[in-house]
Amino acid sequence: MEYILILIAAVFVNNIVLAQFLGICPFFGVSNKVSTSVGMSGAVLFVMTIATVVTYLLHQYVLVPTGLVYLRTITFILVIAALVQMVEIMLKKVSPPLYQALGVFLPLITTNCAVLGVAILALGLENTSLLKATFFAISHSIGFALALILFASIREHLELATIPKGMKGVPINLLVAGLLSLAFLGFTGLV
Amino acid sequence: MITIIDQKQNFIKGIIKENPVFVMLLGMCPTLGVTSSAFNGLGMGVATLFVLLMSNIVVSLVKSQIPSKVRIPAFIIIIASFVTIVEMVLEAFIPFLYEQLGIFIPLIVVNCLILGRAEAFASKHNLYSSIIDALGMGIGFVLALTLLGATREILGNGSLFELKFVSENANTFILFILPPGAFIALAYLAAVFNKFTIKV
Repeated sequence: MEYILILIAAVFVNNIVLAQFLGICPFFGVSNKVSTSVGMSGAVLFVMTIATVVTYLLHQYVLVPTGLVYLRTITFILVIAALVQMVEIMLKKVSPPLYQALGVFLPLITTNCAVLGVAILALGLENTSLLKATFFAISHSIGFALALILFASIREHLELATIPKGMKGVPINLLVAGLLSLAFLGFTGLV
Repeated sequence: MITIIDQKQNFIKGIIKENPVFVMLLGMCPTLGVTSSAFNGLGMGVATLFVLLMSNIVVSLVKSQIPSKVRIPAFIIIIASFVTIVEMVLEAFIPFLYEQLGIFIPLIVVNCLILGRAEAFASKHNLYSSIIDALGMGIGFVLALTLLGATREILGNGSLFELKFVSENANTFILFILPPGAFIALAYLAAVFNKFTIKV
């Protein structure tokens, strides 16, 4: 039951993009086509889950016992950057088709604040455990995928619409994201 | 030889023509995430300005020592060190702001504005130009965040820097201090900015 609540909270109520504003850069950057947004979502799911597991273990078994918790930010970002590189190299060897699909998105993920954000947020969960942190990361990446794919679908339609001159480009995209966020606000109180 | 006029333009460009938020769309996460009031926006802006300035200084000083293959990880370590300093200083001296900004303080490290300036500017220019560039971009970021925070606070709460100018139980657009308001307020501010910078 607790896990279902985590899932619903992460996907709908506290959606990582639309309510917590993490991962906004890829949200605007790769949402012009549905197909690329699906690829990006897959890459985020992959990296976010692995990164959370690794940083969680590192925090519990290295940083806390040695009293170096204040080095959290530096350690985490380095681990994530190294991890993305490793995943890229391994994927290239192990599964070329998957690499073909996700390859271009992997380097972009290092600067995706959602990955670092979720890794840090997972440490603050109530009676946190490795399983819970992992599930938390998976739920949040599903939330990210939902928001990104919805937004990309709307943007594909937007290209056919007539938009006032001043609103073209950035402003109209922000406005659409605002309306989407407003829709998600309706889920408040669900959990 | 870089003239004073060039330096002046170097400084001004960050504020208007290449404003990091309204024009270049860098550092959007903190921009949207913490601007529910003018004070939070200002605090976040100043914290980012500090990290940007210090990392630009260090990067431009050590640029010739770093092999170009590992420059990005090296830049990230430099930035992360200054972010840790900011984190500890805020926690010790301004705990209120530390609570309000929360997760967005460690996330300064992944703010693309800072890494972007380190890579695109500080790693190619001398110390003096890098400082001017960091100040221009940083002040542009502070102004944008404060403006967005002020807009949202005025509309959403009827106050500015915690000073209320409507009566206690007046109806305000609460929407603007909720998450959707961040997107909508920034959308209209960016549209206004478009109007003045690019001839549409």
